[in-house]
Amino acid sequence: MADRLVALRERAVSGRRRAGPGDADHRGARGTGGSWRRFASSPVAVVGLALTALFVLVAALAYYIAPTDPFSFAGTPFEPPSPKHWLGTDDLGRDVFAGVVHGARTSLFVGVAVAGASLVIGTVVGGVAGFAGGKVDDLLMRVTELSQVLPRFFLALTVVALFGPGLRNMVLVLALTSWELTARVARSGVLAVKELEYVTAAEALGSSPWRNLRTHVLPNAIAPVVALASLQVGGAILIEASLSFLGLGDPNVISWGYMLNNAQSFVRRAWWMSVFPGLAIAVAVLGVNLLGDALNDFWNPRSRTSGASG
Amino acid sequence: MVRYTVRRLLQAVPLVFGASVVTWILIHAAPGDPIVALAGEDGDAGYYAMMRERFGLDRPLHEQFFVYLGRLVQGDLGFSYRQNRSAVGVILDQLPATLLLMVPALAIATVIGISVGTLAAARKNSTLDNSARTATLLGHAVPVFWLSQVLLLLFALRFDWFPVQGRNDARTDYEGLRAVLDVAHHMVLPVVALVTVYVPPIMRVTRAAVIENLDEMYIRAARARGQSRRRVLIRHALPNAMLPIVTVIGSQIGFMFAGSVLVETVFAWPGLGRLLLSAILARDFAIITAMLLMLSVTIILMNLITDLVYSLLDPRVRHGT
Repeated sequence: MADRLVALRERAVSGRRRAGPGDADHRGARGTGGSWRRFASSPVAVVGLALTALFVLVAALAYYIAPTDPFSFAGTPFEPPSPKHWLGTDDLGRDVFAGVVHGARTSLFVGVAVAGASLVIGTVVGGVAGFAGGKVDDLLMRVTELSQVLPRFFLALTVVALFGPGLRNMVLVLALTSWELTARVARSGVLAVKELEYVTAAEALGSSPWRNLRTHVLPNAIAPVVALASLQVGGAILIEASLSFLGLGDPNVISWGYMLNNAQSFVRRAWWMSVFPGLAIAVAVLGVNLLGDALNDFWNPRSRTSGASG
Repeated sequence: MVRYTVRRLLQAVPLVFGASVVTWILIHAAPGDPIVALAGEDGDAGYYAMMRERFGLDRPLHEQFFVYLGRLVQGDLGFSYRQNRSAVGVILDQLPATLLLMVPALAIATVIGISVGTLAAARKNSTLDNSARTATLLGHAVPVFWLSQVLLLLFALRFDWFPVQGRNDARTDYEGLRAVLDVAHHMVLPVVALVTVYVPPIMRVTRAAVIENLDEMYIRAARARGQSRRRVLIRHALPNAMLPIVTVIGSQIGFMFAGSVLVETVFAWPGLGRLLLSAILARDFAIITAMLLMLSVTIILMNLITDLVYSLLDPRVRHGT
């Protein structure tokens, strides 16, 4: 994702100079009847949608797919994959399949929560900065810049190490460091839309600035921001897994990173403890990344050259 | 050029200040008492008070903040009570081992990323292009520590081609060239794992930037003058695509360190990764926060350097057009 993010950042950073009413033109393509067909015609979109659907379904139906509690002792330790334990058992005789299935819930929660927060914070900060302009804009953009230079992984690691492991802390710190790009894109979107005539008209009719921003400007600038936020899901899942792998995960919640952390000690003895949770991470992240790419090809077409379908 | 450089330098100062404030807030808002962690749970009150005074923890918060800032300016990023040394010293001791993995991995990744990315751009939608793009997507999705475990399972445990862990063979006492080769042998798997995650962003940006440049008029002009496709690609399109490539390499420095820390953990490599892990276990927070701050400053500096290189290569940047 990183390179696409760089492309978008470049575009967004220079947004003030480039943005103009004409920028809204490309959005005209959306809303015409063929948009779903156009979306579904891309193999990236279809594969991404299918893998993401699988991921979400497994997470939602975890208790039906794997009724065993992933923390309970289901068999003897270190059983290799067998018809009874499809993916084997770990050092304490816990079922790896149950762990992989229930771990999807943790990853999905972290990914969606972080992307949602990135969307909300980014829209508010970017929207206010772009709409207010002047000193407010300068100050907010300085803060945004700061959130860009702080290394996410190490910041998250520091916070979780200092404040104690737990999903809440992890989601909080990832959310607070993931809104830089959404803010920039929201800001350049608002800059483009706020000059349009209907906004001026609403202003002339006495609509307050806050109401104007909320009901007239943001709804017309939000689609690319949503698409961009979707790209945060995969990254958040990977960071959560990495921190859990370092032993900083929530000890009360099963997660793929925690399983890999545990597997590290027994890598010589039980390959299945490593292979399957990691595969689950790769499939889930691939799915949400592909879907995010497709959404961005659709809503942020100017960065399409760097896209997987470009 | 001078004016642009000064302006960019001045913009970097508040960022460094902001990063130090964030780090300080984290340290002081954190629950738990460093003195109790150091002196043990059942020291008497007088001993705690003495320790507090010794480390200046009895003074008001704003005073502590200015003391902290003053120390930062002098390059003092905290003291590891555990190792009884400055945190910077401990980190700098481990840094070379980490760079021993990161630098070769980055060099190899840059060569692979730029050459494959350029070839893929030249033959858009060819088999090469499609496989390169698929590999990029997979590289973005695979967790690097898991990839390391799989490499270790396959090539160290199953096939026994490479040593399992560590930086050198502890059972033998090689010297000279054999010692170097021994370390190189231990480096292969971790470097391969790192290259796998470093390549995708570089390759993707190269491909996109070269494709964009191949569409430009000057390329058509060069072709019309009778230059070969190959020459146009290497002498015209690629150099003009270098700016985004430099940016992506510069902006990925935090991500690269994170990858290295994780890979080191799997391969028990004695670098920053192991230091970080032991600091987490021992609750030696000075090490962790110093590492965060050093890395933030490195990132700010890398951004600055990238921008300056940019403006040297492309005068439009410094004139803001």
